[in-house]
Amino acid sequence: MINLMRNLPTLLLGWLAATVLLAPARSAESIEIKEYASATQKPIPIALVGYTGEVASVLKFDLYVVGFATVEESAAQYTLRGGNSGQVEGRLTDNVSKAVKFGKAYSGGSLRTQAHALADDVVAAVTGKKGIATTKIAFKVVRGQNSEIYVSDYDGYDAKAVTHDGTVVAAPTWMPGARRLYYTTYKFGNADIVWHDVGTGERKVFARYTGSNISPAVAPDGRHVAMILSKGGSPDLYVADPDGGNLRQLTRTREDESSPCWSPDSRTICYATKMGGRRVLATISASGGTPRRLPTSGVANPSEPDWSPDGKWIAFTSQMRNFEICVVPAGGGETKLYFSGEDPVWAPNSRTLIFTRRSGGGRVLSLLDVLTKQLKDVPHSLGICSQPTWAR
Amino acid sequence: MKRTHFLNALAVALTLVVAGVGCKKTPKSVTPIPARTVRAPGPGTGPGPLGGGGTVPNQGVGENNLGTKSTDLGPGTGGTPMAGMGKFEGYLMDTNIFAAATVHFDFDSSVVKRSEYEKADSVVEQLKLKPEDKLLIDGHCDERGTEEYNRSLGERRALALREYLIGKGIGGERIRTRSWGEDRPVDPGHDEVAWAKNRRGEFILLLPPAGQ
Repeated sequence: MINLMRNLPTLLLGWLAATVLLAPARSAESIEIKEYASATQKPIPIALVGYTGEVASVLKFDLYVVGFATVEESAAQYTLRGGNSGQVEGRLTDNVSKAVKFGKAYSGGSLRTQAHALADDVVAAVTGKKGIATTKIAFKVVRGQNSEIYVSDYDGYDAKAVTHDGTVVAAPTWMPGARRLYYTTYKFGNADIVWHDVGTGERKVFARYTGSNISPAVAPDGRHVAMILSKGGSPDLYVADPDGGNLRQLTRTREDESSPCWSPDSRTICYATKMGGRRVLATISASGGTPRRLPTSGVANPSEPDWSPDGKWIAFTSQMRNFEICVVPAGGGETKLYFSGEDPVWAPNSRTLIFTRRSGGGRVLSLLDVLTKQLKDVPHSLGICSQPTWAR
Repeated sequence: MKRTHFLNALAVALTLVVAGVGCKKTPKSVTPIPARTVRAPGPGTGPGPLGGGGTVPNQGVGENNLGTKSTDLGPGTGGTPMAGMGKFEGYLMDTNIFAAATVHFDFDSSVVKRSEYEKADSVVEQLKLKPEDKLLIDGHCDERGTEEYNRSLGERRALALREYLIGKGIGGERIRTRSWGEDRPVDPGHDEVAWAKNRRGEFILLLPPAGQ
């Protein structure tokens, strides 16, 4: 991997030369050479003592994707000692100060659920921040020529289809703090946006205007939904109330706006568009106004922005030779590349990303801890998965 | 449930006293974890209120019951606004008649190329002969773009063809568009031959509902 990083500029240069010779004219920007970012934090070494089977693997996975590394006790800064016979128990010790951070036993649910709860307690005790081990995701799964929306635990476990439309269904997004998804379905002969209560199964048309109704994004305060509509003759950014009423058009361009997302204060929308012939990210006030370009220096062809819940970062996809997962300060600036992949979405902890990774013609979901660069594929076997969205 | 962390009822239930687990001298605390409350939408709870088939009951929000109207954006801004969805409801799709008229695009481009004019012109001729019929244009992309970027790009392609037809005298109110992004490739391959086939605009004739 280190060699690959070192050789990357050379490889890219070679590719660039080949492109100039062989490729037909293309309007997307050409590649700019850029290396992958280094980790900014070392993993926190922790020893897991006394756990077996599923509980051991859940704890290990949960802690890995938020920046811990499981090691032998002699090398560990923290030791989590306990067991999982009948119920999950755990006592966390700081091996430097010898202080016991907590001791807990868990009841109810499955052993797996109890292990997730213990992992979150470790995260809270060590970092002071809320964990993500009991969160949910939704995503798109390809089924032949069609696709359906699935909901699962954040680690892919317990995946269930929430649509059975038998056509293309895409771009799920959660309403924050609710069991409601918004997504696009082609079930009714058009690309329409619907909302869907995954608790009750109730589903209603949200936007069915002439043309495409795509890429919904619910504001963190739950009071508005951004989307792309083409009823005006060009794909533009619109905002409506959560029931679809009070529709307002925010952009009026001939370009193809796409992939809106919201700032945590629900005041600003970031989206992908073109300015001066270049593909860029832009921000606009949710109440309308002049769009502003978001500088993403060092990368080309950005799309699919996602604003971190703490407001500090915007993750997005850059399309150069491959698709690259990028992170830029929310005010714009130097962009860091992390991995090949697309459609990154922040976890509620503002440090873990879930994204789509192309692999041998298929697509899998991956979890990336941005600070330590620790990466794990979501281990399920549903086939081609993409467009993850985190319940947060 | 509002404003609480979705499905984190677990965390709420974690009202705990720190105690030494495994230490027999101190009573250990037990964290109750409630049973999972997520209901998987099974056959009984799955979407259904919308009904099946090609028509959608007049519920939820649409052009008709919102009263929202497209505004003319003037030259240089958007394209030609569309007629309301109600003007197209009930029309039957003929996907065969224009099968030979599928238009292809360059990478990441929605420009209708000169080489494709003839195919688009054949659609214009037919539409002029069938004034009662309408048209649906489907835009498609290759896989070399992110999914929602491609969904917008595919729409831009369909809209570019729509503007071309409008320029040839077909009323914009007769044409609606739909983008499939990269979801419906004609060639599942991962090379330029496949990609070139997949970057396309397809014409679907819309026949008036029986009795009209």
